[in-house]
Amino acid sequence: MLEPSILAASLIHGLANGAVYALVALGLSLVYGVLHIINFAHGALLMAALYAVYFLVERVGLDPYAAIPVLVPAAGSVGYLLHRYVVAKASRGREEAVLLVTLGVALVLENLALALFRSDTRTIETGWAFEMVAVGPALLPAAKLAAAAGALVAVLALWAVVRATDLGRAIRAVAKEREAARLVGIDVDHVFALAFAIGTATLGAAACLLLPTYYVSPQVGHGFVLVAFTIVVLGGMGSFWGAFWGGLLIGVVESLGGLFLGESLGQIGIFAIFIATLLLRPTGLFGRAV
Amino acid sequence: MLLEVEGLSVRFGGLGALADVTLGVAPGEIAAVIGPNGAGKTTLFAAISGFLRPQAGRVRFAGREVTGMPPERLCALGLVRTFQVTRPFAGLTVRENIAVAAHLRHASRKAALALAERVAARVRLEDRLDRPAAELTLAGRKRLELARALATEPRLLLLDEVLAGLNPAEVAEMEPVIRGLRADGITVLLIEHVMQAVMRLSDRVWVLVGGRIVASGSPAAIVRDPAVIEAYLGRGAAERLLREDALAGGA
Amino acid sequence: MRSLPAIGLFALAALPLPWLTGSGTVLNLATMVLLFATLGQAWNLLGGMAGQFSFGHAAFFGTGAYATAIAQIRFGLDAWSGFAVAILAAVAMGALVGFASFRFRLRGSYFALVTLAFAEVARILANSLEITGAGVGLLLPLAPGLDRLQFADKAGYYWFALVICAGGLVLASLVRESRLGARLAAVRENEEAARALGVDAFAVKMQAILLSAGLAGAAGAFYTQLFLYLDPHIAFGPQVSVEALLGPIVGGTASLWGPVLGAAVLQLLGEASRALTGGATGANLVAYGIVLVLIVRFFPDGIIGMGRARTADARGVTG
Repeated sequence: MLEPSILAASLIHGLANGAVYALVALGLSLVYGVLHIINFAHGALLMAALYAVYFLVERVGLDPYAAIPVLVPAAGSVGYLLHRYVVAKASRGREEAVLLVTLGVALVLENLALALFRSDTRTIETGWAFEMVAVGPALLPAAKLAAAAGALVAVLALWAVVRATDLGRAIRAVAKEREAARLVGIDVDHVFALAFAIGTATLGAAACLLLPTYYVSPQVGHGFVLVAFTIVVLGGMGSFWGAFWGGLLIGVVESLGGLFLGESLGQIGIFAIFIATLLLRPTGLFGRAV
Repeated sequence: MLLEVEGLSVRFGGLGALADVTLGVAPGEIAAVIGPNGAGKTTLFAAISGFLRPQAGRVRFAGREVTGMPPERLCALGLVRTFQVTRPFAGLTVRENIAVAAHLRHASRKAALALAERVAARVRLEDRLDRPAAELTLAGRKRLELARALATEPRLLLLDEVLAGLNPAEVAEMEPVIRGLRADGITVLLIEHVMQAVMRLSDRVWVLVGGRIVASGSPAAIVRDPAVIEAYLGRGAAERLLREDALAGGA
Repeated sequence: MRSLPAIGLFALAALPLPWLTGSGTVLNLATMVLLFATLGQAWNLLGGMAGQFSFGHAAFFGTGAYATAIAQIRFGLDAWSGFAVAILAAVAMGALVGFASFRFRLRGSYFALVTLAFAEVARILANSLEITGAGVGLLLPLAPGLDRLQFADKAGYYWFALVICAGGLVLASLVRESRLGARLAAVRENEEAARALGVDAFAVKMQAILLSAGLAGAAGAFYTQLFLYLDPHIAFGPQVSVEALLGPIVGGTASLWGPVLGAAVLQLLGEASRALTGGATGANLVAYGIVLVLIVRFFPDGIIGMGRARTADARGVTG
């Protein structure tokens, strides 16, 4: 099992998975960095996005990758409305209240899905998705490679938006100094909702990239929530590249952990890292002091 | 000496907040630390009372080395501080606020609540005992800070700007309370900006400028100290004042 | 002990229920209310009183549940000893989680996340280890008898639950009216100020989590006796953690009776949503989610807080 080629293959699998994890975590990190809220509904929203892609593929016949330009704005709009009219209103900024409200949203989403779609896992068929591509010593399904590539593109696009656009500047201003931003005429509530919307929009993209090699079920979000939190905490709350490198690292840890401990116990490696980071270095590897 | 601070230095990253501060407070004294804004006065209190760990220097309380001890332990030893920006337990009543502090030395709820009532009377908060602390005015909150600290039955009380924000009438009400602490065997070290109060209350004044002690002595001596005048009125002010004085004297 | 008469009255009033109703459903419902009232009370010792919101109380509930099951099945202990073992095991778990979290000064969201992580780790371990029966779970042999804490009829379980719930109420009441309770409130309102006044915040929070975990473990052990079957999802899954926190939040975290009221409201709500949707899975949790958002939005002090003059603003002032 310690043969270098097997390790290398596991590493590459982990990196590919990690790229998508990073995309999922980035949305969460952005929301935390700007709004200082921990969005418990993040996993449930991903699940909802996955169902959306699923139905677009099955009922409308859309190719999952072609669904990206549809789902990203749709997910973003949902996120905008959700924050502006539910989360912000209910919590009025109090930290514990936000936790509870997003938990409530997650409960509603997950259990509505359970009630509507039952617990069956569903997958989609794309002809070429499982054709194997050689990447070094590893054999990856084509769609997984596509997902990793797509995630990288999305990350760069997100980076461009945050750094180079007026919106990105407004978001950073509001994140740093809410009252001052308000004083110079920035509509803070609107910007907050937009930041949240970007967070959910990334989930829309991630869902489209994930579904070809993954599955959807009402509980699928659970697997991603703690992984995403681990990445965000590891990389540093609110740190963009921290979430990215953290995602890759966690993908690798999960892959190697699964290799040595079996899939179930391998998950513990992730939680161990999560707990250890929170205890020993809560600002993460790249983050600033909270 | 009840409190001895020796060579205390505190840095925040590259920024030096306190540099080589040495001072002492004798038992029964009322001493004051004054200085322009940003001089490091609250940092000094934080370092003495265990909220900050100094990079260098020592703090001794009643002859015992206490540098870096956590606040709760120092409080048990008899050293308590109040906060410049008041921190009431907002959801609790005034009585419950003070009782928490009283519990330091009284395990029984009854005893703690009784002590709370007595202390509240000392600081003239008895009519607000069963109101939520959140309802208090600023003056009330300052008195609550003081009351809570007193309920821990301290030997040394560090008062951080307990008069700040009070109007002259409120200041006049607080002064006798502070002066009366001496009679209860409590030593006081206060940070204050309200100069007249400092002059009237203190036996000894320490002047902190830019993280360093630049002068110390009786209030009367401090007022005439050139270094102090410079710190408050700017460079050259001491000389200018002397010249003006001489001119006025000659006229 | 101001609340003791009220607790006694409550127990007395609840006592005759099995004689007043012939319906097994009603009795079941009442038993579940008492179970979740206990779990909620446990959560509230840490959440409402100390201000530390745990999102992973299943870790303590499940530890208690599994501990008594393992003690009886694998080690042949009787149910009473098993119950004691359950409480001790849960307390130990509380010590672990508490030490890790409070030693490293985790608060607010970070604390919530860590508790969630611990619950998940517990679930994964229970799912993988042989001693817990891995994914299959554990089955207690049916053997009605007081020594096995199994009852031939539902009334027995109801009264058992009533005893535990009353015990939880007494415990919470004792804490509230003691020095510990005053210190917990201070830490909740402003930890730094509390420390400046001599409160050892770490020690106080540890005490809270130990008591909270122990009571939650007792609830877990009761669950094992009631259903005789346990698996990792049942014991450590998110729905347990949600029920634990939801009752007190809905009922009101500031009051002794909040968790009880909240548990009653939630169980009834669950039944209603199941009835309305023809038994759809997860319908009750949808209702829970909606209620949670509504409560946070309109009644942050819970149902009991609705009548109180104290407003959210008072709590928001930190000075």
